[in-house]
Amino acid sequence: MKSSPNTRRLTAALVATGLALSACSSRPGGDSGTSGTGTFSVWDPYPQFDGTSEWVKVIRKCGAQAGVDVERQAFDTTDLTNKVLLAAQQGTAPNVLVVDNPVVSTLAEGGVLKSNQDTGLDASGAAPNLVAAGQTGGQTYGVPIGANTLALYYNRAVLSTAGVDPAAIKDWVSLDAALARVTAAGKKGITFSAIGTEEGTFQFLPWFWGAGAQLTDLSSAEAVSALELWKSWLDRKYAPNSVIGNTQTTSWQEFATGEYAFAVNGTWQLGNAKKAGFEYGVIPIPSRTGGVAPAPAGGEFVTVPAQSGKDEEATAARIANCLTSPETVLATDTALTYVSAVASVQQQQVAAQPDFAVWVDAVKSAKGRTGDGLGTRYPRISQPLWTAVQAALTGSKSPKDALQAAAASAK
Amino acid sequence: MPRRQAVGWAFLLPLVAYLLLCYVYPLLTNIDLSIRDHTVRSFVHGGAPLIGWDNYAKVFADPAFGPALRNTVVFTVVSLVFQYVIGLALAVFFARGFRLSVTLRALLLVPWLLPLIVSASTWAWMFNSEAGVVNAALTFLGFGTVDWLTSPDWSLVAVTIANIWIGIPFNLVVLYSGLRNIPAELPEASSLDGASRWQAFWYVTFPLLRPISGITLLLGLVYTLKVFDIIWIMTRGGPSGSSTTLATWSYELGFGTMLPRFGPSAAVGNILIVLAVAAGLLYVRLQRHQETA
Repeated sequence: MKSSPNTRRLTAALVATGLALSACSSRPGGDSGTSGTGTFSVWDPYPQFDGTSEWVKVIRKCGAQAGVDVERQAFDTTDLTNKVLLAAQQGTAPNVLVVDNPVVSTLAEGGVLKSNQDTGLDASGAAPNLVAAGQTGGQTYGVPIGANTLALYYNRAVLSTAGVDPAAIKDWVSLDAALARVTAAGKKGITFSAIGTEEGTFQFLPWFWGAGAQLTDLSSAEAVSALELWKSWLDRKYAPNSVIGNTQTTSWQEFATGEYAFAVNGTWQLGNAKKAGFEYGVIPIPSRTGGVAPAPAGGEFVTVPAQSGKDEEATAARIANCLTSPETVLATDTALTYVSAVASVQQQQVAAQPDFAVWVDAVKSAKGRTGDGLGTRYPRISQPLWTAVQAALTGSKSPKDALQAAAASAK
Repeated sequence: MPRRQAVGWAFLLPLVAYLLLCYVYPLLTNIDLSIRDHTVRSFVHGGAPLIGWDNYAKVFADPAFGPALRNTVVFTVVSLVFQYVIGLALAVFFARGFRLSVTLRALLLVPWLLPLIVSASTWAWMFNSEAGVVNAALTFLGFGTVDWLTSPDWSLVAVTIANIWIGIPFNLVVLYSGLRNIPAELPEASSLDGASRWQAFWYVTFPLLRPISGITLLLGLVYTLKVFDIIWIMTRGGPSGSSTTLATWSYELGFGTMLPRFGPSAAVGNILIVLAVAAGLLYVRLQRHQETA
């Protein structure tokens, strides 16, 4: 059949329309999800692990144990929350979700997650201080896959030239004295991250809690003393001005130059520390009057989002239980350089790597940011807090005024 | 319907479908978001109550609104003025045509071609108060150092400088092609009549360039109003909001914390759209005025 030019034009136009439509409407991850068939989806924030990694093998093994095929998708951690919210809105949430712990209570409150009681997920093996981040309204949502936290890295060579013994740093006074000696010796003191994002609050909390302050009262005298400590470091040039804009990564890059005595950073930098080319050590962050300051617990929870049926949720919980079981979680935590949430696995980790003990201790005294019954109130406290830290460090407000303003807007 | 008309509509269909799906629908969704009181629960399960203008009222009453609006205006106006003046100067310079002018012009386009994440990170690194090359140069020249990204007095200056640098190539290219379209006889004739080089430019070339200048500035305005990536990468709008514009504020409200505030975030986004549309209408009106004059 011979088609007229007009018909051909019409066909071309229709094809173009089809293309435009499909280009606009295709949604990544839209097809997988709660289909209820044999394929279960797992979303995680670990894009650094590809299909050949131990983590993906573990996911497949756990799926096989539960009798289903597993399709895994990795997202950037900040992206994951939005993706999950959108997916839940469209009814295409994953079957198993691995998500950053402070987000858990928000997702739970939004009705995105199912409680452990409903699904049969078991968090009893994990340390209670870590599980606390997933508790809201008397229910527990998910199981921590492991934890990271903050401690003080130090440069051995810089400390020995300045004649500082890291073991003697037990409280803020001895830390200040060490910083004074280091800067007097012509080296740089300490670097950390005070950026105006969640990272800034994360780094400030060990000092805030270490002073005895509570997130429910941002303008207490203890809170002010913590901010005054940071401010005094900038004023006395113990810390560089760049901390105001530092992420934890750029702060680490400063420490990696070998010029700095101390850096506040996390468990996840251990791999980089070994590559830094100088001898380093780690001590816990001291609290104001001595002892280990409670640092915030980082790390993800394995959770089960709401699905079309009880059976799917139970199967998803079986996969999640397997992912966090002591037998499988050691490999995952080693790959992530996380401290396990399970006591017996922590012992195995220290046995394999004795210098990991300081991190295990730090995690034992770590606190969940959304704990203390704060839940979804935490983000509304964290943002004013980092704003106050920035205002004080830049000198636009005194620590006291800045924290009073923060307390007012956190209400 | 006559056959010809049907074919005409069929040709229009892709465009209409594209506009509806990729412009009208998101726009309406954004308006809908901005007039509802969204929590995470209602975002997922629906049923957010209509609250009319409450989100807008909240945004206008927020202590962050004034500084964000002021920063947006300063950032946009200063960026436009410098981008345009430097772009025009370079365009005039290259319009004379000389050896290597093509190569040099191509080199000046590099900022345009670089991914924004690369150029913004590079600027952040150069402006670093500890190890940045800008402070090293200032020290070398005998000036004091400046906390470009970490001082509330300088952060807006730093991001504006970076944005000017990124915007120059666009102005250069458009104005250069505009200059090429001006017949060479006109400035030539004026110089025969005794006009100096400056007079020839100011009284002949520049007025002839006016339509091109107008569209360059309008496009620049729309681009600059919504600049987000450069500021977010360099300062996150900080320290303590000193480089926050309406665009970064909207993002911060919606995605910057763990508890998204979709309503106010969408409201700020809509205010930005209104600003851009107002500028566009002003442009159309000026142009019409020019044509009738």
